Amino acid sequence: MSVAGRPLPERIPAERTPGVEVEESRAGVVSYTVGFGFAVILTVMSFVVAQTDLLWAPGIAVGLVVLAFAQIGVHLVFFLHMGTGSDNTNNILALTYGVWIVFLVLTGSCWIMVNLSANML
Amino acid sequence: MTVTAIDAAPLPPEALNPGPAPTRTVVAYGFWIFLLSDIIMFSGLFAAYAVLWQHTAGGPTGRELFDLPNVFIETACLLLSSYTCGLAALSAEHRQAGRFYLLEAMTFVLGAAFLFIEFSEFAGMVAKGAGPSRSAFLSAFFTLVGMHGAHVTSGLLLLLYMVAQVAAKGFRPHVLRRLLCFSLFWHALDIIWVGVFTLVYLIGAR
Amino acid sequence: MLGRLTWDAIPFNEPIPLVTSIVIILGALGVLAIITLKGWWPYLWREWLTSVDHKRIGVMYVFLGLVMLLRGFADAIMMRSQQALAVGGAQGYLPPEHYDQIFSAHGTIMIFFVAMPLIVGMMNFIVPLQLGARDVAFPVLNSVSFWLTASAALLINLSLFVGNFARTGWMNYPPLSELAFSPDVGVDYYLWSLQISGIGTLMAGVNMVATILKLRAPGMGYFRMPVFCWTSLAASMLIIAAFPILTATFVMQLLDRYVGMHFFTNDAGGSAMMYVNLFWLWGHPEVYILVLPAFGVYSEVIATFSGKPLFGYRSMVLATLAICVLSFMVWLHHFFTMGAGADVNAFFGIMSTIIAVPTGVKIFNWLFTMFQGSVRFNTAVLFSIGFMVTFVIGGLTGVLLAVPPVDFIVHNTVFQVAHFHNVIIGGVLFGMFAAYNYWFPKAFGFTLHDGWGKASFWCWLVGFYLAFMPLYLLGMLGMPRRMQHIPDPNWQPLLLVAELGAIVILCGILCVIVQLFVSIRTRDQRRDLTGDPWDGRTLEWATTSPPPAYNFAVLPEIEGLDAFCAMKRAGRPAAPSAYEAIEVPRNSPTGFMMAFFASVIGFAAIWHIWWLVILGLLAVAVIAAVFGWSEDREHEIHAEELARMESARAGAERIA
Repeated sequence: MSVAGRPLPERIPAERTPGVEVEESRAGVVSYTVGFGFAVILTVMSFVVAQTDLLWAPGIAVGLVVLAFAQIGVHLVFFLHMGTGSDNTNNILALTYGVWIVFLVLTGSCWIMVNLSANML
Repeated sequence: MTVTAIDAAPLPPEALNPGPAPTRTVVAYGFWIFLLSDIIMFSGLFAAYAVLWQHTAGGPTGRELFDLPNVFIETACLLLSSYTCGLAALSAEHRQAGRFYLLEAMTFVLGAAFLFIEFSEFAGMVAKGAGPSRSAFLSAFFTLVGMHGAHVTSGLLLLLYMVAQVAAKGFRPHVLRRLLCFSLFWHALDIIWVGVFTLVYLIGAR
Repeated sequence: MLGRLTWDAIPFNEPIPLVTSIVIILGALGVLAIITLKGWWPYLWREWLTSVDHKRIGVMYVFLGLVMLLRGFADAIMMRSQQALAVGGAQGYLPPEHYDQIFSAHGTIMIFFVAMPLIVGMMNFIVPLQLGARDVAFPVLNSVSFWLTASAALLINLSLFVGNFARTGWMNYPPLSELAFSPDVGVDYYLWSLQISGIGTLMAGVNMVATILKLRAPGMGYFRMPVFCWTSLAASMLIIAAFPILTATFVMQLLDRYVGMHFFTNDAGGSAMMYVNLFWLWGHPEVYILVLPAFGVYSEVIATFSGKPLFGYRSMVLATLAICVLSFMVWLHHFFTMGAGADVNAFFGIMSTIIAVPTGVKIFNWLFTMFQGSVRFNTAVLFSIGFMVTFVIGGLTGVLLAVPPVDFIVHNTVFQVAHFHNVIIGGVLFGMFAAYNYWFPKAFGFTLHDGWGKASFWCWLVGFYLAFMPLYLLGMLGMPRRMQHIPDPNWQPLLLVAELGAIVILCGILCVIVQLFVSIRTRDQRRDLTGDPWDGRTLEWATTSPPPAYNFAVLPEIEGLDAFCAMKRAGRPAAPSAYEAIEVPRNSPTGFMMAFFASVIGFAAIWHIWWLVILGLLAVAVIAAVFGWSEDREHEIHAEELARMESARAGAERIA
């Protein structure tokens, strides 16, 4: 077996840890505050859309889902520091797989159960 | 036999590896995938809610029960607590003890306020005869929202525990790692709440 | 004070459970007595119970799986015997209330306490070694995972002496499993036991994924990992994705039973069909969790004993990842007949036939690996070849079942039973026996007796075909599954053949037991002194047998696939001029203690002893808090000590 004493060449950049702060203090506070601001706006928008007739009524549910995705995106980017750099790849892949599974569970179950109810109840 | 084309293609540069990652990266990644598994667990409860939300068995519906202004206040508390938690994590990284304790205290208070409002809501519903055993819809509601509340409760206990660790040991690397796990957990709870208030309260109350 | 636990819970009036319980309790007391008299407790505590070494934990998992195989098989042979005897006017020897518990326990134990521990154990032992890592990512969590699984196994076995087990089948469908129709403790034993082991398994999955993605040796990029590591990665990803769904489903059922909620009840709007949907959302990925590591084993075994690199490495990896994705898109084929309609059935039917394709790719790759290789036919290779034939048949019947109109005829008949035993025994169990024979010398320093191994293989192979081929025919003739009494005497001849098959499998199991005893008795003749008894290709064979606690004194630099093969061709390198200090994790009682209290919580919850549940939860919280506060989790092996240990090993090798 070879000796691991010699220095390793820089092959890929250091891995990005999910959620870790790497910016200096001021930049970090700005990032969180911007994210918080976006999240507040989106949240208020959700409540307004749900309770007024700003959107065409049959489209409200879709609008709310879109706003929810946007809010989650803001959390992921500004609070959890999920970016698109190559050092974040593992984290994004894990997230993508998770989102895929959640999608299958929710849409699969709904599709199946709706069909079952129609045929069997 | 000749090697197939797929095996002969050149390796992309990411295929090489510098060796085992540092502990902080491994811990955070492990906790991140655990959180994803927790979100998948919630999605099972969400699926049950989506299937059962109209099975009210002649009992009260969401529209009759949900108090949206209350939900807005809950949401504001949790979102703000995520913000203060993030700022607290920053102060920990920069070893600013005073700010850290203040921000974590704010996070705790906001989280506790969230739980107080939620518990009052549940108690009110039970008093009205709209408890979890009244109908499938209410079972699904109480379980989904209650499971989130249970996670928030655990989060608050974890917060107290982590603040105690910081007080006892200071901002050492392993303490910071554990604090990182708490922050990830707290932000993930807010992400799940976005799903809850959108699907359960806003859409479900229509 | 003791909830609903009374003396009635002990099966005094049921001879079979009573006698079995007495025998097992006496046996367990005997083992404990021997350990005490020989003064082995300190050794056991230090080296095994509190060990966080992935190799020790892997061995314990495999040991648990093999022991539970005996219990699960006992259930099987009881069922076969009942079905062979209770034909026409005869009643057999097992009343329905008892028979129902037996088939429920058989399935639950075989899936959760035999197959899962075997594959998790193999992954645990081998993956860090193959990756050139020193341990898994979270060693204490690893210990917690194992002990939670063991705690759950204990609970299930307790149901034999105290109370009864579920009578609802291993899938536990409502409304039968709801409080209205199963008010006794049986279903609660099932639910609590599987919730506890589910947490353990989920943690193991997280551990494995983090290890494989973050702890590989320098130079080991993804496409230089052995295929076993790829399949372990895929299986672990499936664990993380699927087990939470089972947890959520069981939470809902527990709430129905304990708090009177209405998720799956017949009244107040509950939906029993939703349980079936959610259960199989977990259940289908589960079978791929079981089989993927077995596929990885076959890749390693076939490549090594053909003396050639595995054919089609990249397509193997792609096929594995394809299975990982597709396995989440087929689950409805377990309930075609529940009535979702033609559109839904068609989609899932097509997806189920598509998922056969990646496995076909793998079979061809294994065949092409053996082609023009110099194949050595030992036990592990025999199991691999037996797998290829048997699993293909099982896969073909699976494709038949994937066609909804066919499924409508044979669903819930013994045809279905034959199919899944075909793929699980032919795929998973044969893979685990191959792994057991292949990697035993690495774990214990001597090989297993190959003659008895081959005998066990032939018994298992012949026994399997005798036991299950008749079931395909019987299923097509219309025999439903889980029958305590056989109404049609024309079925008896085939059932007798199946019974003969079960007896031959019993011989196979006895051969495995004899193989172990003979191997231990004659171990000096088969010592593995080089660490590489099979001329292996992957890194685990670069260590001594057994490897030191730290696996590798110096992390290897990887230059390509089949790293050890390349190292051997380059010649044995000189010992390193200087060692650096390394850190190894300290032992921890956390896992064992947590699992002990998990058993307490489970038992107390089953019997409604609420104060004990709360005490147990507090204890677990305290143990977690103490562990979470701890500082000193690793100890350092200094460079000089490392140098000394390594030269002692090298000296032992030279003498060999």
